[in-house]
Amino acid sequence: MKNTKVIVGLGSCGIAAGANKVYEKIKALKEADKLKFELKRTSCIGMCYREPLVEIIDKNGSYLYGEINEKKAVEIIEKHVIQDDPIKNYVVHTDLFETSDKDFTEDQVKIALRDCGYIDPEKIEEYEDRGGYRAIRKIAGQRMSRLDVIQTVINSGIRGRGGGGFPTGLKWKFANNNKAAEKFIICNADEGDPGAFMDRSVLEGDPHAVLEGMIIGAYAIEATGGVIYCRAEYPLAIKRLNIAIEQARKNGYLGKNILGINGFNFDIYIKEGAGAFVCGEETALIASVEGERGMPRKRPPFPAESGLWQNPTNINNVETLANIPWILLHGAEEYAKYGTEKSKGTKVFALAGKIKRSGLVEVPMGMSIRDVIFKLGGGIQDDKKFKAVQMGGPSGGCIPEHLVDTIVDYDSVNATGAIMGSGGMVVMDETTCMIDVAKFFLDFTQKESCGKCTFCRIGTKRMLEILTRITEGKGEEGDIEKLEELSYQIKDNSLCGLGQTAPNPVLTTIRYFRDEYEAHIKDKKCPAKVCKALLTYEVDPDKCTGCTVCAKNCPTDAIDGARKEVHFIRQDDCIKCGTCYTKCKFDAIKIS
Amino acid sequence: MRIKRVSTKKITEEQEQVDINLLNPLIEKYKDKKGNLIPLLQGTQDIFGYIPYEAFEKLSSELGLELSDMYGVVTFYAQFRLNPVGKHIIKVCHGTACHVQNANAITDALKESLKVNDGETTEDGMFTLESVACLGCCSLAPVMMIDNDTHGKLTGGQAVKIIKNVKIKESN
Repeated sequence: MKNTKVIVGLGSCGIAAGANKVYEKIKALKEADKLKFELKRTSCIGMCYREPLVEIIDKNGSYLYGEINEKKAVEIIEKHVIQDDPIKNYVVHTDLFETSDKDFTEDQVKIALRDCGYIDPEKIEEYEDRGGYRAIRKIAGQRMSRLDVIQTVINSGIRGRGGGGFPTGLKWKFANNNKAAEKFIICNADEGDPGAFMDRSVLEGDPHAVLEGMIIGAYAIEATGGVIYCRAEYPLAIKRLNIAIEQARKNGYLGKNILGINGFNFDIYIKEGAGAFVCGEETALIASVEGERGMPRKRPPFPAESGLWQNPTNINNVETLANIPWILLHGAEEYAKYGTEKSKGTKVFALAGKIKRSGLVEVPMGMSIRDVIFKLGGGIQDDKKFKAVQMGGPSGGCIPEHLVDTIVDYDSVNATGAIMGSGGMVVMDETTCMIDVAKFFLDFTQKESCGKCTFCRIGTKRMLEILTRITEGKGEEGDIEKLEELSYQIKDNSLCGLGQTAPNPVLTTIRYFRDEYEAHIKDKKCPAKVCKALLTYEVDPDKCTGCTVCAKNCPTDAIDGARKEVHFIRQDDCIKCGTCYTKCKFDAIKIS
Repeated sequence: MRIKRVSTKKITEEQEQVDINLLNPLIEKYKDKKGNLIPLLQGTQDIFGYIPYEAFEKLSSELGLELSDMYGVVTFYAQFRLNPVGKHIIKVCHGTACHVQNANAITDALKESLKVNDGETTEDGMFTLESVACLGCCSLAPVMMIDNDTHGKLTGGQAVKIIKNVKIKESN
C-alpha cells in the first residue's frame, strides 16, 4: 500500500461534479486510519462525462475510476487500496483489461495535454519531472540562436490554435524583425467561444507549459514583458497561473538573465478580462490591456509592428503556447509527423452537446469528424439521430450529416463554411432546431458587437429580428434572401473577425438546412419541435388515464377534464409552456 | 452592444451609503501603473459588489481619470454593474452546449420562482439572476453557478430546489 498513489481530478468540471467532497472523504479516511498510500491532486483528465474521477496507481499499473461519489470512494479505498482487490465494475480506463471507454482514449495523441491529469498543477517539481522546462534549458544549454528557435517552430508547421490558423513561426519571425527597446508577448486566454473549454483545462491542468511556451517565445522575439489575458470567469485558472508564475520566478525561469542567458530579462503578469467576446481579437485585446474599451482598430499596422503601448507585440493562444516546449524538446520533425500536408500536429477538441462522451480529446489533424464524434465520443445521447456538429462557435458553422466524413484540418473544415475555431464541437441531434441555433449565435454576436462598424452593429440586429420572426411563425416569403444579402454585406463591411464571421452560423444553416427554414416560413412548422410558437399541444385520448396531473400543473388552467376521464387542452388559453408534456407519466401529450 | 445593463433607475438613499475610504488601498496599489483603469474598476466592484457613483468621483479626483472614460469602460464590459446586487449571484450558463441542452428552462424556472427578470435582484436583496455566455463546464450542461459553486446537469425543478436550499440555510 505504501507505494500506491490515489489521485483525484480537481478541474472545474470535476469540482462541479463533486470531486472536492470525494477528495476530502479520502483524506479523512487516510488520516483516521493512518493509511500509508499517497494522496495527490491533479486537474482535468479529459473524461468529463465520468467526473468525478479517481486514479489509483498500484504495483500492477493504473486504474481510472469514474463517477465516484463519497460512498464509492470509501469502497475503492477499502477494496483496492487496503485489500488489493480492484473493483473492476467502477474502472473506466486501464491498460490491464478491457473497459467500456477504451475507444475514448485509444486514438488520442497527447501533446498539448501531455501533462493534464498527470501532474499536480500547483507543484512545479511535478511539471519538471515530466520534462518540464527542459526545452528552455536545452535552448540555454546549447546556446540556440533566436533564429534557430523560430526556424524550428516554422518547420514544425504549427498554426495558431485560437482559430485563425496563422503559422506561429512566421508570426514570431515578424515580431523578431521589428527591433525595439520594449517588446511584448501576450497569451490570449480569453476563451470566449461558448462551447469551448480546452484553454481552461490547459491553464488549470498544466499552467507551467503555457509559461514555458511564453518564455521560449519571449526569447525568440526578444520580448521584455509578458501578459496573460485571462477571462475573469475562470477563477481557478487565474489562481493556478498566479501560483505557477510565483514558482517560476523562484526557480529562475522568470526574472533577470534567465538560465544564464545574458540580457534575457523577462517577466509575466496576469490581466483579468472583464467580459467581452470581441477582446479575443488581437487589437481589441491590446486596447483592453491598456485599460480602454475593447474595440478593434484597423490593421496595418499589425501588432507585430505596433501593439501594446505601441511596441512590437506577439499574441499567441493558450493551446499554441502549450505545444511549443514539446516542439523545441522533441524537434520539429517529430511534431510534423502528425497531421496533414497543410495542418501539422494535433488539435484539442472540446466535445459537448448531445454526445455520449463529452470531454476533451486531442487527436492528430486529419482524423475524420465521424471518428471524433462516433468513435471517441461514442455517438449520440439516447441513440437519437445525428443532425449536425457546430464548429468554431459564433464565427463558425454547422456541418451536416452528409459531410461528417470531412477530416479535421484548417482547409477542409473551412471548405464546409464552418471554421476550425478554437476547437469546440457542439453536437446536435434531431431534436435541435437549426433556426433556433442560428438565432442563438446571432443573439450572441449582436450583443457582443462592439458597435464600431455600422454593418456589424445594426446588420446583426436586423438579422436577429428576422430570425426571431421566423421562429415565432411570422416568417415571410423572401426572408431567406434578405438574410443572405445582409450576411454578405456584414462580412464585407466589418473591420474585425467578429463581424466578418458573425453571419457564418446563418449562412451554413441556410446552405445545409434550407428545408427547415422553409418549413418554418411556409408551413409554420418547426420540424425539431423546438420553436414554441409553432407547436400545438394535444391530449392523446387513447393514452390519457384522466389522472389530472396535467390539469393541476397547468399555469393557465387551460386543461379541462374530470378524474378518470380524457382531458382536453383549450388551445386559446394554452401558452405552450410544455409543463403538461413533461409532467404526463403516460406519454399522452402529443406535440405537433 | 449591451446597453440594457445600464439602468436609469434612481438609487435609493439607503443604497447610497457606502464607505468610500475602502478604496484607499486599491488606489495606492494601482496609482502609477499604466493601463490601471480596468483593474481599479474590478477592485472597486470586488469591494462593493457594484460600482457606486461616489467611487467614480473619488477615482476621478484622486487619479485624474476622466468620468467619461470610466463610464465608457464600465458600460462596455459585461462584468461591471452600476446597481447593487443581491447577496447571492446566480449565473445561468447560456453557452452553446447549455443552450442545446435547454438552459432556457432553467432561467424560466428561476424567473418564476424568484419573481424577477434576467439581470434583476429579488426584493429581499437575496438573489440576483444573471445569464452568462459560458462557464466552461460544457460537459455538465446545463450549468448554473451560485456564487462560486457550479451545479451541473440540471433541470428547472432542480435549479429551483438548489435556490430553496440556499434560502433555508440563510434563514437558519
